[in-house]
Amino acid sequence: MSLPFALLAGLILGGALAAVTCRARVHAGLFLALSLVGLALVFLRLDAEFIGFVQILVYVGAVAVLIVFAILLTRGAENPWERLGNSPGFGILLAVAVFSLLAWALTSASFPKASETAAALTVRGVGDRLMREYVLPLQAIGLLLTAALIGAAVIALPAPTNPTNPPTDPESQ
Amino acid sequence: MDALDAIFVTLKHLVVGWFPALLQPWISALISIGAILAIFPLLFGLTTVLERKALARIQNRPGPNRVGPAGFLQFVADGIKSLTKEDIVPRAADRVVHFLAPLVVVIPPLLAFAVLPVGRNMVALDLRETGLLFFLMVGTAVELGVFMAGWSSHNKYSLLGAMRALAQLLSYELPLLLSTVPVVMLTGSLSLVGIVEKQSVVHGGFLMGWNLFTPWGAAGAVLFFIAAIAEANRSPFDLPEAESEIVAGYFTEYSGFKFALFFLGEYLGLFAVSGLGITLFLGGWLPPFSFLAWIPSWLWFFGKLAGLMVVFIWLRGTLPRLRMDQLMRFAWQFLLPMALVNLLVAGLWHFTSPWPVALRWLLGGAVLAAPYLMFNRAFERRHPQRTYRYVS
Repeated sequence: MSLPFALLAGLILGGALAAVTCRARVHAGLFLALSLVGLALVFLRLDAEFIGFVQILVYVGAVAVLIVFAILLTRGAENPWERLGNSPGFGILLAVAVFSLLAWALTSASFPKASETAAALTVRGVGDRLMREYVLPLQAIGLLLTAALIGAAVIALPAPTNPTNPPTDPESQ
Repeated sequence: MDALDAIFVTLKHLVVGWFPALLQPWISALISIGAILAIFPLLFGLTTVLERKALARIQNRPGPNRVGPAGFLQFVADGIKSLTKEDIVPRAADRVVHFLAPLVVVIPPLLAFAVLPVGRNMVALDLRETGLLFFLMVGTAVELGVFMAGWSSHNKYSLLGAMRALAQLLSYELPLLLSTVPVVMLTGSLSLVGIVEKQSVVHGGFLMGWNLFTPWGAAGAVLFFIAAIAEANRSPFDLPEAESEIVAGYFTEYSGFKFALFFLGEYLGLFAVSGLGITLFLGGWLPPFSFLAWIPSWLWFFGKLAGLMVVFIWLRGTLPRLRMDQLMRFAWQFLLPMALVNLLVAGLWHFTSPWPVALRWLLGGAVLAAPYLMFNRAFERRHPQRTYRYVS
């Protein structure tokens, strides 16, 4: 294990640990963002520029920002001593289950040894694969995200208070 | 003229040559970093003076005219003032996050300059595979910094500003990203250097092949610059700061040099995103006409940047601020669908390449104009012309 990798691993694990143990939710969200940046740096160290940049673009730029935005909009963000749940048992169970599933998947999967073909994968290659081989999964994910977006918009719509006179004022939407 | 064009590249090679071979990559990187750190903050200083003078002219007053020749050293005085002012941190503030926020706002735009080609062979970091992606990635970090500033100040106005800023930045990021996609589609590369080089073809003997001179490029440039102004929190999209409503928004509780850092970060972000717009649509460091190629390439880039700054200052002086609902509706109901239509236009432009140019323009223009008129009609139906009744 080289020194840079050790530093990055420390950053990721430290950030993740702090994100779980931090009492203040906003701090937890920021630590999560730090941990995700560390993960992106690992990708960059492996010469996977595309994945590394997309990791930051999506996870830090969108997911982490959405998390802190959600924290802002929910009440109680200013009370750092309030706990999310009382019993840690369920959380531990869930974490162990997810970890063992991932560990099982990782140990049973066979990774091809690093070769010339892996290094030659370019952004253009990724796009080609997505548009030819994996076009069906891509479309399925697109459909899922669109459904989620429409669902969110429907939930956010104000309920018509008076059925005979629904709100037509677009300012309220 | 080639010597003048390459003067900075030659100078750098000369200086790097003085050092032993082992140190040369480091010295080369240091010189590039030093150049970015020197030029863009200096440009920031000059732009603030220019902006204050121009706004003053628009508002019929003289503006700064005391420090230095015609007041142009005002930014030095302001810098010294902000350095020597007391740094006040509110007692209830979250000290660590409060301290980190200005850094998170200033560092990303500085990183973004690394991939911008400011002249022929003048780019600090040429990411052949992912240049544009790097730029966009760096831009997203600013959102987190703005949030950190607003939240850690423990102040209503700051929090309001942060929430406005987050909503605005998230909403306008989508049209910004989507308006850059046609350029990538038609260039076939994410490299910013490659995108500029692709625009160096000459049409009709004199006109350069800027992306602006295509239907998708023209529409994309308009969409891009609207979204860019919003991303940079500039008027008319300056709701997150809105001095007249929420004091200064997310940086109300900052004073002294930290306040100056926010100011700096905002302008650096504006320069960076304008530089990206120049690179993507306005031909980067290329001249508009091939007979103007004798002017050095770096002068073209910074000239275009200065021109854009003048437009932005002019917009700030003349446009009123949007309301929050107008801001959101404009992003989601106009910019986003138009950016998607523009993708279609770019595809059509690509697949009709054997057609005569006039016919391609007609097709692209029609595909763009139809939804534009439709959105316009829908907007006018929902918001008929206001009538005002005055008390006599």
